[in-house]
Amino acid sequence: MDLAQTLVVRNMSMTFGGQRALDAVDVSIRRGEIHGLVGQNGCGKSTLIKILSGYHHPDPGGELEIDGRPVKLPVRTGSASELGMSFVHQDLGLLPSLTVVENFRAWSISTKAEWLIRWGKERQRTEEAFERYGLSCDPRAVVGELPAVQRALLAIVRALEDLRVYTKDDESRGGLLVLDEPTVFLPRENRDRLFDVIRRSVTHGSSVLFVSHDLDEALSVTDRITVMRDGRVAGTVDSAVTNKDQLVEMIIGKRLEAFESTHREHTVGERSYVSVDGVTGGTIKDVSFALNEGEVLGLTGLVGSGFEELLYQMFGATPAQSGRMSIAGVEHGLAAMSPPAAIKAGMALIPADRQGAAGIGSLLVRENVMMQTIDHYRPYRLDRGRYLRDAENALREYDVRPPEPIMDFQALSGGNQQKVVLAKWLQAAPKVLLVHEPTQGVDVGARLQVFETITRAAAQGMSVVCASSDYEQLAAICDRVLIFHDGQIMSTLVGDQITKERITQQCYVSRGTLRPDTETRIPA
Amino acid sequence: MNQVSTGAPGEMLPPVKDEPQHHKKGITLGDYTERFALIIAWVVVIVVFSILAPDSFFRLQNFTTILGTQTTLVILSLAVLIPLIAGDYDLSLAANLMMAGMLVAVLNAKHGVPLGLTIVIALGFGALLGFINGFIIIVFDINAFIVTLGTGTIVTGLVLWISSSQTIGGVSAWLSNWVVVNRVFGLSIEFFYGLVLCAALWYVFDFTAIGRRILFVGRGANVARLSGIRVGRVRWGCFVAAGIIAAAAGVVYTGTAGAADPVSGGTFMLPAFAAAFLGSTAITPGRFNPWGTYIAVYFLVTGVTGLAILGVQSWVQSVFYGAALVIAVSASAFVKKRRERAARLS
Repeated sequence: MDLAQTLVVRNMSMTFGGQRALDAVDVSIRRGEIHGLVGQNGCGKSTLIKILSGYHHPDPGGELEIDGRPVKLPVRTGSASELGMSFVHQDLGLLPSLTVVENFRAWSISTKAEWLIRWGKERQRTEEAFERYGLSCDPRAVVGELPAVQRALLAIVRALEDLRVYTKDDESRGGLLVLDEPTVFLPRENRDRLFDVIRRSVTHGSSVLFVSHDLDEALSVTDRITVMRDGRVAGTVDSAVTNKDQLVEMIIGKRLEAFESTHREHTVGERSYVSVDGVTGGTIKDVSFALNEGEVLGLTGLVGSGFEELLYQMFGATPAQSGRMSIAGVEHGLAAMSPPAAIKAGMALIPADRQGAAGIGSLLVRENVMMQTIDHYRPYRLDRGRYLRDAENALREYDVRPPEPIMDFQALSGGNQQKVVLAKWLQAAPKVLLVHEPTQGVDVGARLQVFETITRAAAQGMSVVCASSDYEQLAAICDRVLIFHDGQIMSTLVGDQITKERITQQCYVSRGTLRPDTETRIPA
Repeated sequence: MNQVSTGAPGEMLPPVKDEPQHHKKGITLGDYTERFALIIAWVVVIVVFSILAPDSFFRLQNFTTILGTQTTLVILSLAVLIPLIAGDYDLSLAANLMMAGMLVAVLNAKHGVPLGLTIVIALGFGALLGFINGFIIIVFDINAFIVTLGTGTIVTGLVLWISSSQTIGGVSAWLSNWVVVNRVFGLSIEFFYGLVLCAALWYVFDFTAIGRRILFVGRGANVARLSGIRVGRVRWGCFVAAGIIAAAAGVVYTGTAGAADPVSGGTFMLPAFAAAFLGSTAITPGRFNPWGTYIAVYFLVTGVTGLAILGVQSWVQSVFYGAALVIAVSASAFVKKRRERAARLS
C-alpha cells in the first residue's frame, strides 16, 4: 500500500461513440496535497471527474486507487463518500429554501435509522463543524438568503464533514475532496476565505483536487497542477515554479505563431450601426462597444466572465441595471428594455437553450418557424394558404431536414432545430442578430450551414453579435472578438489576429499580462 | 399528402400527425383511431345503453333532451378551456357561473331590474372576477390554482349571501323562452348557443394570430416572452375571457331552470375539467381544443343519462365524472408520452 498517494489513476481511457474523450490518463495526488486540474473545454477534465463520481463508465484497462486501496471500476454511483471521495460541483447541490442545518445534515438525517431528530444537537454539530475551519454560521439561516460565498463555504464544509466520517479512527485514510469549479460564480474578492478553508482542510491529512479555469487562482492555491489537453495529460507541474504563460502554452499545446488565420474575406460596412454604452448588470460592469453594419462581433471569455449576459441585456430578456444602446441613431435605455421593444427596434435573439427559450418542443415545426411573422397573415383571418406555403418555403430555404412542417419541433435533431430557429427570426428581417452558442449540440454538417447563414446575413448588412465559448467558431465567423474577464472587456482581437489559439490564450491570460504583439486597441 | 397542407385559405387544417412523413406515408389508421377514439367511444356508449334500455334510452326525445339541456356545461367547459390553453387553471369559474345566474335572478325577480340589464351586469361581474384573478396572478406572480381556488370560494360565499341561501324564482319568462322553450329543428335554442360559441372559439384559436399566441404562451412561456409576446397580458386576457364566458353559462343556467339556486352550480366544475381533459385526447390529440371538449361533454352526459335511465342511483354520477377525469388525464398523459417517444425515435 502506497500511503503517500491519496489518489492514483492509471491508464484511464474513455470512448464516446468512437471518440476518445480520455486517452490513457495517469494522475496521482499526494497525501495532504492541493492538486489543480486545468485545461480547455472538452480536454477531458470533466470526463475524469465524472468517472470518479461514477457517472461515466470508463473503458476497461484503467485502474483507480484511493488511499492505497484499489477501487473496482466503474465506481458504483452513490458510493463515493464511503470510498473516501467527496464532491462539490459548480451548482453546489444545496436546497436554497431550507436552512443551513437542514442542508448540512440532510444526508445523515435522511439515511439515519432514528425516528426523532433532535434539532438542538444537529444545530450544535453544524456549528462545531464550521468552527473546525475557523468559520461561524447561523444554523437557522435560510440558505437561499446567504451571500454566494457563504453558500459555497457551506457546501465545502459539508463535503469535508463527509470525509471526516470516512477518515475517523483510521490513520491510513486521507480522503479526497473534489472541487469542480466552485468559485466560478463568486466575486474575486470573496474567494480568499474559501481558499483558506481549503488550505486548512489538507492539514488534517486530506487531499484536494481543484478544477479551475482561473489560472491565477490555481497557481496560488495548489501545490501541483495537472494540465489536460485533447484527452491526455499534457504534464504535471509544480505550482511554485511555474508561471501563467507556461501553463497557457501547455493548455494550447502548440506555439501560437504556427497558426494561420482561418479568417474569411468580408467587407464590413463603414457606418457604426449599434452602439452600447456603459452597461452594468449581473456580472457585467460598465461595458461599452460599437458595432458596424454587416459586422460579426464575437463575445467570449471563461465561464463566469459574464460575456453571454450582454446579449440578454441588449434584448431586454434580463434587464440591465443601467446602460444605453443606440440602434441606427435611436436611443434606448437598457434598464427599461423589453423583448417587444427590442424586436420593434429591429433586434432578434437566438438563445442557447434551444428547447426552453428558442423553440417550443411540443408544437409543430411550422408553428415554431412562423411564430415571429404570424401577424403578416391578417391577424383576424389568417391567410392560411399563404401562411402554409411560406412555412414550407422557409423550411426548404434553410434546409431543415426533413422539411416536414407538421412534425413536432422536439423530433428534429439539434442542428435542424437551430435551422428552424434561425428561419423563425431571419424571416422577420432583423437589423441586429444576437446569437448565443449557435452551434452547441449541432452536428458538423449543420454547423457549417449555421455559419453560412450567419455570414450571409452579415453580408446583406445585418449586424451580428455572437456570444460563444467555442473559439473555433468565433475564429471562423467573426470580424472582431471581445474577450471578457470579470464582466469587463479585457482585450479585443481583430481580423487576422482571430485564431482559435489566440482567443484561448487571451481568455486565460488576465489583465495586465498581455503580450505586446496581441494587444490591440478597442475601436471607437 | 403534402398538397393537403397548402389548401385554399380558410380551409380546415389537415389533421395533425405525430409521425414524420418519411417514416410513415400519410396519415395512418392509428392516427385516425386516436383522433376519433372519443367519438367511437360515444357511439359505443349509445349502443350499449340502447341495448340495455331499448324502450327508454333509445328514443328521439331522450336524445333531444341530452343535446338540448346541457348547454350550461358546454359553455362552462369552453370557459375552462381558455386558461388551460394558456397554461393556467381557473377553479373560480363554477362560482362565477353561480354568481352570474344568481345576479340575474335576484336583480330581475327581487328588484325588478330589466332582464337585459341584469344580463349585462352578470357578464360584467364575470369579466371583473376574471380581471381580479388575472391581476393577483400576473402582478403578484402567484400560482393560478391557489388564487382561483380562493377567489372562487369567496364568490361562493357571496352567492349564499345575496340569495339568503334561498332558491330565487320568478325570473322573467323571456329568459326561459330564449333558452329552453323556443325550439329550432326540434332542439332547445340553447343547444345552438353552445354550438356557435364552440365554433367561434375554434375560429379564434386556429385562425387568428391572438389564438396562436395563447397557444405559444401555454406551451412555452419563456419562448413566447423572448419572441416578443407579452405573456402576462395574454394570460390575463384569458382569465377575463373565461370569466365572461362562465358568466354567460350562468345566465343560461338560470334560463334553463327559470330560477337560480345558490348551490348546484358548483357541481359543474369537475365535469367541465373532465370534458376539457378528455377533449384533449380527441380531434387534435395532445392539445386542448374546443371541438374535442364539445364532444367530451356530450359523451359524459350521455353516460350519466344512460345510468340514470337504467335506474342507477344518483351517487353514481359523481363516481362516473370522477373516474372520467382521472381516465382523461391519464389518457392525455399517455398521448403526450407517445408523441415524445415518437419524437425521440425519429
